[in-house]
Amino acid sequence: MDFNDTAEEAAFREQARAWLQDNVPSADELEGLGEVEQAQLWQKRKYDAGWACIRWPKEYGGRDASAIEQVILNQEEAKYPALPGGVFGIGQGMAAPTLMAWAADEQKLRLLPKMASGEEIWCQLFSEPSAGSDLAALRTKAEKDGDEWVINGQKIWTSGAHYCDYGILVVRTDPNVAKHKGLSYFFVDMHSPGIEIKAIKQLSGDANFNEVYFTDVRIPDSQRLGAVGQGWQVAISTLMHERASIGGGGSGVDFKALLQLARTVTIDDKPAIEDSAVRAKLANWYCRRSGLKYTGYRSLSALSRGEMPGPENSIGKLVAAPMTQDMASFAMDLMEMSGAVWDEEFSPAAGLFQGTYMGIPGFRIAGGTDEIMANIIAERVLGLPQEPRVDKGIPFSEVPTGT
Amino acid sequence: MNFEFSEEQNLLREQAQGFLAEHCPMSKVRAVLDGEASYDRELWQKVAEMGWTATVIPEEYGGLGLSYLELVVIAEELGRVVAPIPFSSSVYLATEALILAGSIEQKERWLPKLAVGEVIGTFAMAEGHGRASAAGLATTADGGALTGTKVAVADGDIAQIAIVVAKADDGDGAALYLVELDQAGVALDPQRTLDFSRSHSRLTLSGAKAELLGSSGEGWALTQKLLDRAAVLFAWEQVGGAQASLEMAKEYAMGRYAFGRPIASYQAIKHKLANMYVNNTLARSNCYYGAWALNADAAELPLAAATARVSATQAYYFASKENIQTHGGMGYTWEFDCQFLYRRSKLLSVNIGSEGQWQDKLITAIEQSNAA
Ligand SMILES: Cc1cc2nc3c(=O)[nH]c(=O)nc-3n(C[C@H](O)[C@H](O)[C@H](O)COP(=O)(O)OP(=O)(O)OC[C@H]3O[C@@H](n4cnc5c(N)ncnc54)[C@H](O)[C@@H]3O)c2cc1C
Repeated sequence: MDFNDTAEEAAFREQARAWLQDNVPSADELEGLGEVEQAQLWQKRKYDAGWACIRWPKEYGGRDASAIEQVILNQEEAKYPALPGGVFGIGQGMAAPTLMAWAADEQKLRLLPKMASGEEIWCQLFSEPSAGSDLAALRTKAEKDGDEWVINGQKIWTSGAHYCDYGILVVRTDPNVAKHKGLSYFFVDMHSPGIEIKAIKQLSGDANFNEVYFTDVRIPDSQRLGAVGQGWQVAISTLMHERASIGGGGSGVDFKALLQLARTVTIDDKPAIEDSAVRAKLANWYCRRSGLKYTGYRSLSALSRGEMPGPENSIGKLVAAPMTQDMASFAMDLMEMSGAVWDEEFSPAAGLFQGTYMGIPGFRIAGGTDEIMANIIAERVLGLPQEPRVDKGIPFSEVPTGT
Repeated sequence: MNFEFSEEQNLLREQAQGFLAEHCPMSKVRAVLDGEASYDRELWQKVAEMGWTATVIPEEYGGLGLSYLELVVIAEELGRVVAPIPFSSSVYLATEALILAGSIEQKERWLPKLAVGEVIGTFAMAEGHGRASAAGLATTADGGALTGTKVAVADGDIAQIAIVVAKADDGDGAALYLVELDQAGVALDPQRTLDFSRSHSRLTLSGAKAELLGSSGEGWALTQKLLDRAAVLFAWEQVGGAQASLEMAKEYAMGRYAFGRPIASYQAIKHKLANMYVNNTLARSNCYYGAWALNADAAELPLAAATARVSATQAYYFASKENIQTHGGMGYTWEFDCQFLYRRSKLLSVNIGSEGQWQDKLITAIEQSNAA
């Protein structure tokens, strides 16, 4: 056990640090660009210099870097909290490992480098109006027609569908077998005729997710990943990577921002950080954040041996999401009456706390709710029995549904 | 960077588990809890024979000269079995104090005996209720003779030496003294404890002969350093207990049926156990960092130790109380073993200062190092 860099790691860190210092885009460069364009500008720059998706094989646009090197790069990048990003997570974090495991070689060579460079952006077409936590209850239907499949149905909550080029898609190819057995997995060109995208306005007022309607959309059979009927297994491999990648990522308020706030606001004319109740809360959050960080490092050792991320990665989001919500809420309490104001000019950290408070409820739901994550830990990590289920052993078409 | 124990350390863990399964089943804890003895003397001797008490003591003082990474492995396993022996007092505190601040003569005199378990050491700080401070110390030293009263001295009745924090008139206002307990100026009166398998005593010093450890006037700083180091070791022991609590709860929940199915299939129970797992995992990961900082004597030790300590204290408390809850009425009986973990979790959590105190230290460490 050694938390210090080896000589090679230190050299790699220095290389990363120097490159970032010279290449992080300035505010001027980003001025006037939309969120997606900003992210693409930065991603392309990283890609051109060999700093994008560094763990991927060279032929797919990476540099065959080790898991530890990825951590080092993440640590160095984290020193620039304002870096644009966020739109590539689904593609690079979830679609890519799925393609690497299941797609044909020429598809990987064609698709992965453009995903790494940020030129093509991917979305995840899994959830449906009646299939969220219970994803395998999905109904969007695919019927074979020669060398193609014809897709009809509706997806919902699809983040970024409106700017994406491709999507990973799970559909029902057979309603007459048990629900997990009748699914198949495809990737689809989002510009295909018959796809209609409608924005959904979120509770926060933004509109990052969408309804996606499929009307006779045709997908070549060559874009199927895994066998017909094997879609659930492929989807699980995607979701495992989702849990691994979501868990680590920040989402708004971090400990540093809260600490900084506690140093500046006062309680009884003294900095809030000197108040023992404030200290106790901050200490608890620090412990959980630090515990997650080192848990992540430890699971790296498994990843670097080539193991798949396992169900234990569910801990990341299960801890980070509710904790971030509590931190944001507490930050506004520290501001007292002015906490109610959400104004970039006036509010501390340009409104980060209020913004996080409004964004975080979605993070507790997206990619598996808190409750589902706890179920996964209980059943898949601890081995506790499933609850009795009424949808087992019967064809999907006979499973009871709500109204 | 490398975040795993070595193969040898994992082997040591297996060996320790095998040894403790044989020599420290829960029935041994129960025997001490129910009986007159203050500790399991036979287990203590065997543990010493295994060399565990000698783990980090340098070879020139009769120790094994191993690293703290070996010691934390042992600490976790002892925590898991709720061992009824004075390991934390003697090894994490008294031995550490000597390694940290002892003169060569003091080390030569005491470390070889501590290494073989022939001498049991302890640490005496508290004088009453509430948080100790240098300014509040009432135990005084007059030319090497200590006078004052210490309370809740863990394992005091079975120890031969105590490291005593006393008032000093210079520097930071405190000094550490080594006191031999078998002398006229010392009286030890057992105090009833929360955890009957670990005795505590009131220590009355009336002009007791004492030797200064380190220099006078830096005793408070030394004490803090000693507590930081001990905190990592305590935290590993706590993580062991927290894990044992989760395992006990799981085993019971799988076998106990209610309303026609195992209680482990109800979400309220599942999520309770999932929460234990989460807390334990986070605490364990913080303990890795603490172990590294302790072993490397890194500048981050105060922060790493407080982080490990706070999360391990919370994890053990949660797991041990919810383990009882998971057992229903059975969990509340004398007959069942749940009580051992519940008792020990609180004992360990106050032994070197409360959760609140360590939360406070954590923030102080961040503010001092700006390491957030
Ligand atoms: C911001 C955001 C972005 C998203 N982006 C995408 C995307 O890009 N692509 C995509 O495919 N999907 C996306 N989703 C959808 C997301 O995956 C689903 O919302 C989520 O899986 C929950 O499904 P649901 O909304 O149908 O809620 P439901 O499944 O109806 O859940 C409702 C409540 O019931 C609880 N519940 C359900 N089943 C159980 C159970 N077995 N045990 C205990 N409690 C249970 C849930 O925890 C929840 O509290 C996104 C969602 C959000 C909020």
